[in-house]
Amino acid sequence: MTLDARIPSGPIEEAWDKACFDMKLVNPSNKRKHNIIVVGSGLAGGSAAASLGELGYNVKCFCFQDTPRRAHSIAAQGGINAAKNYPNDGESIFRLFYDTVKGGDFRAREGNVYRLAQNSGKIIDQCVAQGVPFAREYGGSLSNRSFGGAQVSRTFYARGQTGQQLLLGAYQALERQIHAGSVTMVPRTEMQDLIVVDGKARGIVARNLLTGELTVHIADAVILATGGYGNVYYLSTNAKGSNATAIWRAYKRGALFANPCFTQIHPTCIPVSGDYQSKLTLMSESLRNDGRIWVPKKKGDTRPPNEIPEDERDYYLERRYPSFGNLVPRDVASRNAKTLCDEGYGVGKSGLGVYLDFSESIARLGEKTIRERYGNLFDMYERITDENPYKVPMRIYPAIHYTMGGLWVDYQLQSTIPGLFVLGEANFSDHGANRLGASALMQGLSDGYFIIPNTIGNYLATNTFPKVDASNPAAQEAIQAVKTKIDKLLSIKGKRTVDSFHRELGKILWDYCGMARTAQGLQVAIGKIRTLREEYWKNVTVPGSGSDLNESLEKASRVADYFELAELLCIDALDRNESCGGHFREEYQTPDGEAQRDDEHYSYVAAWGYAGPDAAPELNKEPLEFHYVHPSQRSYK
Amino acid sequence: MKLTLKIWRQKSSNDKGAFVSYPVDDVDPEMSILECLDVLNESLILRGEVPVAFEHDCREGICGSCGFVINGVAHGPERGTTACQLTMRHFKNGDELTLEPWRAKAFPLIKDLVVNRRALDHIIEAGGYISVSTGQAPDGNDILIGKEIADESMDAAACIGCGACVAACPNASAALFTGAKITHLGTLPQGEPERERRALSMVAQMNAENFGNCTSIGECTGACPKEIPLEVIANMNHDYVCASFKRRDDLPSPVAPVVERA
Repeated sequence: MTLDARIPSGPIEEAWDKACFDMKLVNPSNKRKHNIIVVGSGLAGGSAAASLGELGYNVKCFCFQDTPRRAHSIAAQGGINAAKNYPNDGESIFRLFYDTVKGGDFRAREGNVYRLAQNSGKIIDQCVAQGVPFAREYGGSLSNRSFGGAQVSRTFYARGQTGQQLLLGAYQALERQIHAGSVTMVPRTEMQDLIVVDGKARGIVARNLLTGELTVHIADAVILATGGYGNVYYLSTNAKGSNATAIWRAYKRGALFANPCFTQIHPTCIPVSGDYQSKLTLMSESLRNDGRIWVPKKKGDTRPPNEIPEDERDYYLERRYPSFGNLVPRDVASRNAKTLCDEGYGVGKSGLGVYLDFSESIARLGEKTIRERYGNLFDMYERITDENPYKVPMRIYPAIHYTMGGLWVDYQLQSTIPGLFVLGEANFSDHGANRLGASALMQGLSDGYFIIPNTIGNYLATNTFPKVDASNPAAQEAIQAVKTKIDKLLSIKGKRTVDSFHRELGKILWDYCGMARTAQGLQVAIGKIRTLREEYWKNVTVPGSGSDLNESLEKASRVADYFELAELLCIDALDRNESCGGHFREEYQTPDGEAQRDDEHYSYVAAWGYAGPDAAPELNKEPLEFHYVHPSQRSYK
Repeated sequence: MKLTLKIWRQKSSNDKGAFVSYPVDDVDPEMSILECLDVLNESLILRGEVPVAFEHDCREGICGSCGFVINGVAHGPERGTTACQLTMRHFKNGDELTLEPWRAKAFPLIKDLVVNRRALDHIIEAGGYISVSTGQAPDGNDILIGKEIADESMDAAACIGCGACVAACPNASAALFTGAKITHLGTLPQGEPERERRALSMVAQMNAENFGNCTSIGECTGACPKEIPLEVIANMNHDYVCASFKRRDDLPSPVAPVVERA
């Protein structure tokens, strides 16, 4: 398959304006005749549904939670980037673009990233107008801070709850459209399959999570904004319900899955405390602005941190990366923590942790200032660990946080299935092999508020939509396939719970396809995943029935998809014989242990196509071209 | 440590519910109460029993999904803490914990500890927003907002919509939830143009749902995991009273409530 990303020709600064002008428009009075399905109600889905409703389209928005306000965008803490240059510190659209392409280790598409940077300022304006209470200076202007991996202060924030406030802005805009009647909200409903008629996405099969009823929903276009697939690792910072089912089913219906091995490990999470652990809690990266990361210089040092004198501490990020210090990008910070813990320098009961120490900042700025900046994060840390971070350094360890990979989309955010658009973390496009801090919120809202309202109009205006209803064979086939799968899961009645399988699967991935990967390890992982998957379909037990609220059944269906996705993730990691960003193959590193890219052979997007249940997936390549930012070895020294 | 969980089990709103006691051994003080329920559920599933239904999602205290009453207190004994962040170190070996769902007429029970909180969405839908469509915004710094105002707005905006305030209130009133949104938006200059209309519409919807009235008891703010201050209710009353003096006949009509008033 040849992949046409449909990037406009000409100077990158004018590309998006040109693309918008070239797009066909839908007549205002015709908009209400078009039905659009939006799956997911987070920053990308919520903002898209609200904006499309405002334009007059007939929108149906689905979420699995009880209300759209619960989407996991809500948990983003640190902030949102924008090229406003309010602090007068050298920020520009080009710099944000440059930093994002470089931070992504030259595996993102330049055109998309430039557009993202262009939209960033408008996002802040829109959110302010909606009533998002961003942090302000005494004089009344918006406050900015610097954030992991950036040397300018371009991050806007609302205490440690930026994601919550942005999501509530989008949620409120969405509720306004629900009241206006342009958006119908369908909560507690999970997409189970995509309906493709004559090669176009024309609807979804959804399951009502309270009654188990399967229903067909038909539309002229389908938007997936269902987030990332980090929960394939079981332990991650994602919400428990976050899942990959929607994008995975779309993949099996013909959408390509791009760069699945580009997963991001966040450096600052609270370490695991026991086997019962159900998820990992992130501590905002903004803490690295004022916290210093260190481990004892002596291996296996069990002294309490306060008793370790200054000259026996190794501030390893400051030592290795003098110009960025504690603010190196996430992949670099994570990998360094892992390496030191693996070598035996780790702290805490498990030895899987490093210190994040605020004592110097508290001495310099006073406890009050630190409390103002991070009070809620410190409280959260203390609540979970019972340790007071104003007195004792925090212990942190990396955890799976974000997935840069996702469904392949072109410049218009359309997947390889016409009429299927993918927004936010669910797509692959803007972050390359590593996402910079405070860029996820920016991308979700750029996609939802400012891109999809233009591009979907072009699709609707240039296509015809023959009448389709639930009796269409494609719809009936899809609903039957879902029913068969659910019945099968309920009928196995084996000896192991869904969670026990999921935990084991996650462990395999974390061990062999986590922060460091090897060809040999990945082959082992693929074998183990297949064996475990076979056992799953013979030995899982799902209690209850399919006709009422049954969380075990919901999980069972998601985990079935995770097995398949996990295998693709390892196949992709094995195929990419280079290290870049979050994908670190131990065989490919520079003499001082940094990721070694191979631009000659791997400067492409790996977009995988489904070829059948037992066939190997097909690899399609979209070559990446860099005209504005020239690939170089990333250096944060 | 060993604990007994006495949990409200109810198959559906049409079935009769009852407390069932479950002993749980091997409770680690570091685990959250939701993880304690996970452990219990794993053992129930292996015994062929139906696990306890409870809502949860982010498990870091921000999504507002989780929440049930623990020993008579919404979200349990720790102030400013959601159930998902309540660790078991706050309990002692041998304790019996009684877990029951939010009990309020406006929140019909779905199953076990899960209730329907759509009434809260309806209140937002009625006017809990600023009517600005995408693309209409001026530059973010065009309207200056003093730090104190932004902070006051943020204090109210921190509400996670969990419904603990309703569960804690002897009248099952949603005044703290509604007041929080009215304060968040009404404090900001961007929210000023719709301030009165917003108060009238949101209060009308709150009244249409089957919530009780506020009698200023203050249990709501005590139970609130985000410690939303009681003043937000005064702000709501202020805006509502001011608006009521002005005649308006262009208010949107309330949407059909989740549970009709008797």
